[in-house]
Amino acid sequence: MTTIAKIVRYVVLDVLRNRWVIGYALFFFLVTDLLLRLGGSGPRALLSLLNVVVLLIPLVTIVFGTIYWHGAREFNELLLSQPVERSTLFHGLFAGLVLPLSAAFVAGVSLPIAWHRAVDGQTAGLLALMLLAGIALTAVFGALAVLIAGLVDDRLKGLGIALGVWLLLTVAYDGAVLWVAMTFQDYPLEGAMLALSFANPVDLARVLLVLRFDVAALMGYTGAVVQRLLGGTTGTLVALGGLAAWTIVPGLFALRAFKRRDF
Amino acid sequence: MVRARGLWKRYGRLPVLQGLDLDVARGEVTAIIGPNASGKTTFNKILLGLVRPDRGEVAIDGHVLDGHSAYRARIGYMPQAARFPENLCAQDVFAMLADLRGRGTARDEELVEGFALGPVLRTPIRVLSGGMRQRVNAALAFLFRPDLLLLDEPTAGLDPISSGTLKDKIRRERANGRTLIITSHVMSELEELSDRIAFLLDGQVRFTGTQGELKALTGEATLERAIASLMRQGTAGATGDAPDARAGRRTNEPMQEEVA
Repeated sequence: MTTIAKIVRYVVLDVLRNRWVIGYALFFFLVTDLLLRLGGSGPRALLSLLNVVVLLIPLVTIVFGTIYWHGAREFNELLLSQPVERSTLFHGLFAGLVLPLSAAFVAGVSLPIAWHRAVDGQTAGLLALMLLAGIALTAVFGALAVLIAGLVDDRLKGLGIALGVWLLLTVAYDGAVLWVAMTFQDYPLEGAMLALSFANPVDLARVLLVLRFDVAALMGYTGAVVQRLLGGTTGTLVALGGLAAWTIVPGLFALRAFKRRDF
Repeated sequence: MVRARGLWKRYGRLPVLQGLDLDVARGEVTAIIGPNASGKTTFNKILLGLVRPDRGEVAIDGHVLDGHSAYRARIGYMPQAARFPENLCAQDVFAMLADLRGRGTARDEELVEGFALGPVLRTPIRVLSGGMRQRVNAALAFLFRPDLLLLDEPTAGLDPISSGTLKDKIRRERANGRTLIITSHVMSELEELSDRIAFLLDGQVRFTGTQGELKALTGEATLERAIASLMRQGTAGATGDAPDARAGRRTNEPMQEEVA
């Protein structure tokens, strides 16, 4: 087993004993269960759930991630006085953040669906895409959290910035995009709109689902634009690439900060 | 064993090390003494690679520290206040570090037994008392039979029995040829344990030598008084009216001349 895998094992062991993660899984379990009971058919319940997912996963991941990274000083000091490279520890800690949160989300959503036997052909595809989008959002906001916590030493300040970033990307962004669209409606805006939706990981996650299902109305303005311009498989791949870039770029900056840091 | 040359480090605007030179001989116990914020802990952390110096060079056993980590397999570190992953128990932590160091790492569980840690090994560390954590911390530093031990305020927070157990262990390890660097404010303890003294002030080593040399230099009978004397002279020196120029000598100047 590689050193990273060994670190991940113990970090996950530590994180899984944290009540936050268990509560997070339980929340998705209850919401999914409730939506299935109230909403009836699988796809409709899942689409309602998607709107919870794109707001809540970024919020919980960025808040939990910032707190976690500050708290990881314990692992940092202990492990960096051992023969462990900084980059190895960084990757281990990052995986130790993203894996338990993703697992909690996947388990919380999948168990009630299996329980209600709500999976048919269409739902299975939608569910798989939503789980993928949720995991991608966890990775993206995990990387952003790690970057914020790595750059800002003050816990409270870090948390404030994390909440600000969440608010910006989930709530304020769509409003701003809509404002741009209204203001410049006399101009050809498709290209600009496409660029704008790639500048926001939450929009990219929505796009992943919009492309496969005719649900553009539920998914905000940028989603509709991407569907029209890219469509189908290319769109899915490009959106996944965008989400990967949103993880890797902040992650690399965070790694650089981690390597230069004094512990 | 350890050779530091021209170490400079500042945290923001605060200068901590200002051209520190120090040699630590193999098989000896070297005590690093100095007032608060004189750079003792920073020096330890530089040896571990936890803190990177702004300037200067450190070599451990001829290996110049370059950001790689393999050399740390031979170092045991007991930080001043150990922080452990809160939800893990001591046994998990021991297993994790053994795992990271690879199979076949020889283990020394003498302190685990000496501190009677057996009954609490499976208790999450967050519920252990401060003293109990400190025992785990000490046991961990010695666990993998390191050649070089860095002990930062090792007996702080330990009860007299545990403190005695730890000091006995330090003596045994010294007899086994290990090199130890101890920082502490408890002078009686350092008087008992150390072969050499390095006195730090304002991020520089102002004195290195044996206890006998230090006492002869200052004309004091105990280590505590000798150090207090050095500190007074150092402070006076800083204000420019040092009556006695002997304190303030750099490390690499031979002490014998001073004593003679």
